[in-house]
Amino acid sequence: MLEMIVASSIKVIIVMLAVLTGCAYATYMERKVVAFMQHRIGPSYAGPYGLLQPIADAIKMAFKEDVVPDKVERITYALAPIASFVPSLLVFAVVPFSADFTLVGRQVTGVISDLNIGILFVFAITSLGVYGIVLAGWSSGSKYSLMGGIRSSAQMISYEISYGLSIVGVILIANTLSLRQLVEQQDTILHWYIWKQPLGFLLYLTCAIAETNRLPFDLPEAESELVGGYHTEYSSFRFAMFFIGEYANMIAVSCVGTTLFFGGWQGPFLPAGLSVIWFVIKVFCFMFFYIWLRATFPRFRYDQLMNFGWKVLFPLAVVNLLVTGLIVLW
Amino acid sequence: MTIDAVIFVISAVVAIFGAAMMIAQRNPVASVLYLILSLIAQAVIYVQLGALFVGIMLVIVYAGAIMVLFLFVIMLLNLRGSEELGKPSGRVSRFTKYVITLLFFVELIFVIRGVALPPAPELVTNQPDAFGSVKAVSMLLFTKYLYPFQLTGVLMLIAVVGAVVIARREHPGELPDDTAAESTLAETPKEGTKA
Repeated sequence: MLEMIVASSIKVIIVMLAVLTGCAYATYMERKVVAFMQHRIGPSYAGPYGLLQPIADAIKMAFKEDVVPDKVERITYALAPIASFVPSLLVFAVVPFSADFTLVGRQVTGVISDLNIGILFVFAITSLGVYGIVLAGWSSGSKYSLMGGIRSSAQMISYEISYGLSIVGVILIANTLSLRQLVEQQDTILHWYIWKQPLGFLLYLTCAIAETNRLPFDLPEAESELVGGYHTEYSSFRFAMFFIGEYANMIAVSCVGTTLFFGGWQGPFLPAGLSVIWFVIKVFCFMFFYIWLRATFPRFRYDQLMNFGWKVLFPLAVVNLLVTGLIVLW
Repeated sequence: MTIDAVIFVISAVVAIFGAAMMIAQRNPVASVLYLILSLIAQAVIYVQLGALFVGIMLVIVYAGAIMVLFLFVIMLLNLRGSEELGKPSGRVSRFTKYVITLLFFVELIFVIRGVALPPAPELVTNQPDAFGSVKAVSMLLFTKYLYPFQLTGVLMLIAVVGAVVIARREHPGELPDDTAAESTLAETPKEGTKA
């Protein structure tokens, strides 16, 4: 019992450090990649190639004045960044990062908690993430924040249904809800579920972008219309929590996408102890794709976004589910 | 006390605290937040009892979806607490309030005492693996409780259609009876001539 607690705690600490560092360098990566796509240089002053920029940003965030506007609902205002930050990190509790391996004579599992309904846990936690945004929008006492919060909740409710349905196809084929077993089933590149569920993958990708409020679905924080959207009135570290939460969410959906459709940590050449490298490479590709999209597409208009969600994605998801179900039965 | 009992007591206390605070709050947003707290604590209890699926579903459906809609409506109506909910009541109604609550409480005690409660079971946390799993729950849903399940589905469909009908009414506030239909008919030519 005690040994399990200690082992889990160590894993939690390692994963959290990795994720938070990942978030910091995701911002760096985003700025660099977008800069190259636009023929700019991007951050280049702090450290070689600007590599220390995220650290400089973090220090700046921490030491800025924390301005709280007069008309806010104090408690909810303080609660909102936490409600947005915590769920984005909780998802990583069930993501399998690497194969089981032996370290100094001990068997180490590559996941913090191997729930047998891991994928449902992911969706439960993701569905809680919307509260941070809604509460931030409502409690700020500013019309821009409120508009951002309302848009965001409408968007997340609309896309969450297709998001959930898009992965049911994979679950039907795999006949398990455990993320670890899903990865174990995709042992070679031909067994990756993206080949069996191409439409499901496209739906997952689209809905995941909408769920994480990224371009081209970043209506909640459309800066040309809403200043900063739901976090307009936040500054200093409270703002940083929203910011980190958003990037953690991006990494989380990339991890889940990798696990569901691209075989997670499975890959050739590397021993079990280093299989995490494959996982990181795959997640990195996902993140690159995200940033690529951001640099490419303009923002949707609000009514287009809702129409697209309900009249295109949702029927497609239902059809995908029906066809998959029939094939599995047959 | 075992660690199971500690977890149970903590989550039970949090669940009841959340439920009580939900009623006590004047600010509707705070009420929703306390209800979410209570729901999550209940989910913890389910998980601890081995019904992982039920617990997660509670979070997905209630805490994740229904409460977001509640919050959404409250935000849109922009209810900001006491002024919308009326002033604190006068002396007479305050008196009746307490009397009725007391009567109800006493009645509740008698009712509960009248029912022969089974003895409190031991806190069971080591269920067999299949207990409360997706498979076990769905087997029950699609075999033993198939008809109630289907009927619930139909009932929800009716509610959804009803909601759409009410929301799509052209003149909000009017009932879609014959007179309303006539009046809209009578109005259309006027608008036509104006244009």
